[in-house]
Amino acid sequence: MADWIEACAVDDVEEEDVIRFDHDGRTFAIYRSPDDEFFATDGFCTHEKTHLADGLVMDDIIECPKHNGRFNYKTGQAKGAPVCVNLATYPVKVDAGKVMIQI
Amino acid sequence: MTTMARKRDYSLVGESTRRAIETGLASAEWYHTDVPRKAMKELMQRSDGPAIRDTIIWIAAILGSAAGIVWFWGTWWVVPFLFVYGVLYGSSSDSRWHECGHGTAFRTRWMNDVVYHIASFMLMRNPVQWRWSHARHHTDTIIVGRDAEIAVMRPPDLLKAGLAFTGILDFRYSLPTLVRQAFGKLSDDEKSYIPEMELNKAVVAARWHVAIYVATIALAIALRSWIPLVLVGLPRLYGTWHMVTTGLLQHIGLADNVVDHRLNTRTVYMNPISRFIYWNMNYHVEHHMFPMVPYHALPRLHELIKHDLPEPNLSMWHAYREVWPVLLRQLKYEDFYLKRELPPTARPYRGEFHEVDMSAAAE
Repeated sequence: MADWIEACAVDDVEEEDVIRFDHDGRTFAIYRSPDDEFFATDGFCTHEKTHLADGLVMDDIIECPKHNGRFNYKTGQAKGAPVCVNLATYPVKVDAGKVMIQI
Repeated sequence: MTTMARKRDYSLVGESTRRAIETGLASAEWYHTDVPRKAMKELMQRSDGPAIRDTIIWIAAILGSAAGIVWFWGTWWVVPFLFVYGVLYGSSSDSRWHECGHGTAFRTRWMNDVVYHIASFMLMRNPVQWRWSHARHHTDTIIVGRDAEIAVMRPPDLLKAGLAFTGILDFRYSLPTLVRQAFGKLSDDEKSYIPEMELNKAVVAARWHVAIYVATIALAIALRSWIPLVLVGLPRLYGTWHMVTTGLLQHIGLADNVVDHRLNTRTVYMNPISRFIYWNMNYHVEHHMFPMVPYHALPRLHELIKHDLPEPNLSMWHAYREVWPVLLRQLKYEDFYLKRELPPTARPYRGEFHEVDMSAAAE
């Protein structure tokens, strides 16, 4: 059974933005969409080991800061070269002002 | 780590490649100037407006000068139109290819893709192959054995560099490359950076390009006129000089095998016309450090981080005057490079990566 882990407070992530969350030797990216929903994916781009949290969130897209590879952070879908492999996503819930992810 | 006692091997599957991977130079962590997230978010913001405006001007100027070529063909009045058309087709397409390849020129993805494919055709570049080669260029900028886009290798071949301004060498390379790829043959170097799942796309793209060139040649024969070829294909020869003039300055004479763009990349102040043609890629250190920032925001990024960068060259002429003696020195001692001084406000270079023994160059 996967555990729910507290990733950050709701206010830690601005609207249409992303932050990095490290846990147990792994890195995740926590997103807040323009319509105020939270999402979580692996923290590294699947193309090369670059932190997506340094990238740009546009609508439902996260763009990697190194080669501009794009993913839909809600589904993890890679949106074309130079990213070809989808991003792992994780269930998210908000509980008492905290963003929890299930890993 | 960076001293290269042996000659450089620029193949992407050779000895330098093996060493770059072994020593950790390949896919390394690169130096970045600290920029607050809020400021970077603002700089990264995409907008269709500037690129739509510039693209309308670009296309209108291309069509206008093409009309001038057709109208004045056979008279001396055609020369200025050839000059303008050539630069727009053979040079400014490079910056459009580049910015749209990064996906930063327009906010809307399909607009980037359309201009990217048109510009790739104008440049005789396979759009699939070059997308991946440019990704590698950003991962391993001027890392010998890894970077597929090193324009001037060491020791420098000055004749080759000079001929580059005419476009002859590039033309001689690009067209046969497209034909080879159209027949389904990709080289080992190309396969080293294009993922297997993309190889077929590269072949299909090459076939489209070759088909358009064949149709252009057929039209020229049918019309018994040079005009179709002067408008499609040949500008890659007579209009490429501006691309080479600006593009060579990006990295020439600077360090290789380092992981700090301040050491291997150059920012040059340029006149507004060249900056339009080049879409602000004269701010090249800034671009490499933060490729997410669109061309129209690079001057703002430059102002924000210039305290941490070497002084930019004041003009293209200033930059070439700086480069020339370095190239001459590299003819005898290929490890020599220009180490640019940082201002006192900058964070220092990381010596363990960047110290090269220059004593032999001083002899």
